[in-house]
Amino acid sequence: MLSDQDRIFTNLYGIHDVGLEGARKRGDWDGTAGILARGREAIIEEMKASGLRGRGGAGFPTGLKWSFMPKEVGVRPHYLVVNADESEPGSCKDRDILRHDPHKLVEGCLIASFAMNAHACYIYVRGEYYNEAVALQKAVDQAYAAGLIGKNASGSGYDFDLYVHRGAGAYICGEETALLESLEGKKGMPRLKPPFPAAMGLYGCPTTVNNVESIAVAPTILRRGAAWFSALGRPKNAGTKLFSISGHVNKPCNVEEELGIPLRELIDTYCGGVRGGWDNLLAVIPGGSSVPMIPKSICDTVLMDFDSLREVKSSLGTAAVIVMDKSTDPIKAIARLSKFYKHESCGQCTPCREGTGWMMRVMDRMVQGRAEVAEIDVLEQVTRQIEGHTICALGDAAAWPIQGLIRHFRPLMEERIAAYKASKTTAMAAE
Amino acid sequence: MSAAPSDRVEPTSFAFDDHSHAAIDVAIAKYPPGKQASAVLPLLDIAQRQMGRTTGSAWIPTVAMDAVAQALSMPPIRVYEIATFYLMFNTKPIGRYHLQVCGTTPCWLRGSDEVARACRDVGGMKGYGESSADGLFTMSEVECLGGCVNAPILQVDDDYYEDMDYERTKALLESLKRGEKPARGSTIGRIGSAPTGGPVTLTSDPIRVPSASNVEPEKAE
Repeated sequence: MLSDQDRIFTNLYGIHDVGLEGARKRGDWDGTAGILARGREAIIEEMKASGLRGRGGAGFPTGLKWSFMPKEVGVRPHYLVVNADESEPGSCKDRDILRHDPHKLVEGCLIASFAMNAHACYIYVRGEYYNEAVALQKAVDQAYAAGLIGKNASGSGYDFDLYVHRGAGAYICGEETALLESLEGKKGMPRLKPPFPAAMGLYGCPTTVNNVESIAVAPTILRRGAAWFSALGRPKNAGTKLFSISGHVNKPCNVEEELGIPLRELIDTYCGGVRGGWDNLLAVIPGGSSVPMIPKSICDTVLMDFDSLREVKSSLGTAAVIVMDKSTDPIKAIARLSKFYKHESCGQCTPCREGTGWMMRVMDRMVQGRAEVAEIDVLEQVTRQIEGHTICALGDAAAWPIQGLIRHFRPLMEERIAAYKASKTTAMAAE
Repeated sequence: MSAAPSDRVEPTSFAFDDHSHAAIDVAIAKYPPGKQASAVLPLLDIAQRQMGRTTGSAWIPTVAMDAVAQALSMPPIRVYEIATFYLMFNTKPIGRYHLQVCGTTPCWLRGSDEVARACRDVGGMKGYGESSADGLFTMSEVECLGGCVNAPILQVDDDYYEDMDYERTKALLESLKRGEKPARGSTIGRIGSAPTGGPVTLTSDPIRVPSASNVEPEKAE
């Protein structure tokens, strides 16, 4: 079990003072000017050395991402944009940072912006997080009033402005280029890449988009050193991570733990176990709704990190663990996700716009068993036609849950179809 | 009793009030000169809130979209397409309280069907998209609200009510009917996203992380 001393988000549950004074007591804003005085290169090198991989789902190394920004500012200003559009079903970790530990994020924004030569940063908060945005704005106002950000931020000689921007309810805006479109006042439709945001992002200027958690852990990493962070977790899967465990556990919760913790230990230690005991476990979606589910046999031993979950054909995603016990109809659980993706498709790319609706309709029939066994193969093939054939990853995200279902629960789907056929035959015989 | 939302008609004019104008100034100042279109989401939100404040139904009629377009020097069609793209903008009149039931898988696993049933039972709506006859409630199904460890969630206007079930949903709606607005958050006394019964981590006093020696500025080469 990770010790409290090694936890970064020490006010995760909001038990302590959320304001600046409380944050300072917990070590935030301590020697910030000193960190900036190390210089851009040194900060980026330290972030690289820490092994931090982006916490928004893709797991791309954060330090490396920062290094993609142009070294010198040309005619166009640089921007940092923080993705607080947390909408991945199962994921609710950024919410706690925004409402309970916002100063970690605000300080991280200053440091990351400085490292990338950005004098302005926007935090894009999902619209539904109204109260969270209010809490964050309060922290921003406090930081301005204390001279921590603004002109000569923290006495560093660097000018830095930070703005909170609220979205208005669109999952797709969590995709970084859709987020930039939305921030520019347009519909959130993803852009073709390249050009990547580091070359042409917000308002056509060099921009880096980072997840809330990636930015909020940066000050602590720089304070305690890359060696401290990289010693936690497993090789290439360094550090601590916020896990959100929802669904059929006795005590759902958010918790910060080391990457690489066994899934079973995570559930048993922090969530009071699976409802009805470990043997009552059916399956787990380990990284938010977009990643393929894994059955109990894999859950028994799998470790919670990027590479371990990849080995079992799933993904860590946002580390949002959705637990399903044996009372669950897994076909219905995935069909509901198909409805979600159909609802959230922006409609730009044909495979996704048409495919998500088609998959939803077929999945609805699969729930009833009103289908042919051969249609399971057709469904699987269609997911492969959507995956990788769209501008953004929403198409992939809609395809993977169904692939995971077919991979692990095909016999159940066939049983359902057989049962439906049998019920029809009986009904006809009775007439 | 106010009229059912469906009885309301499209107003013929809309003008931002002083309260809204102050909010608009703050919103537009966040973006670089010439990039005021960035403020379209905030301004639509401001318009919707003004409608809620002044008419009891937080929605955005076309004339309000036109006012947003004018304030931001945008073609009205751009504002219309944004108002219809983003789910949180109500393009039709709604009830005094907007009951937003999260039905996505994490909430569904924890019983969101029961939350929806309670909304129907108390409000008398037949299903999603409908309003109660007294115009007090409109019920919508929304997608993941991002509070999954406190599922199921019912969002009423801006506020999340967490760890719901049939009875607590009923009690909440009865309170709203009486004109009371219970405190948002967990309805079973949980502390934020901590497990039921209290946190098992972060139980020690938060430590002030000692500044590592490498916080000192690097010496010039």
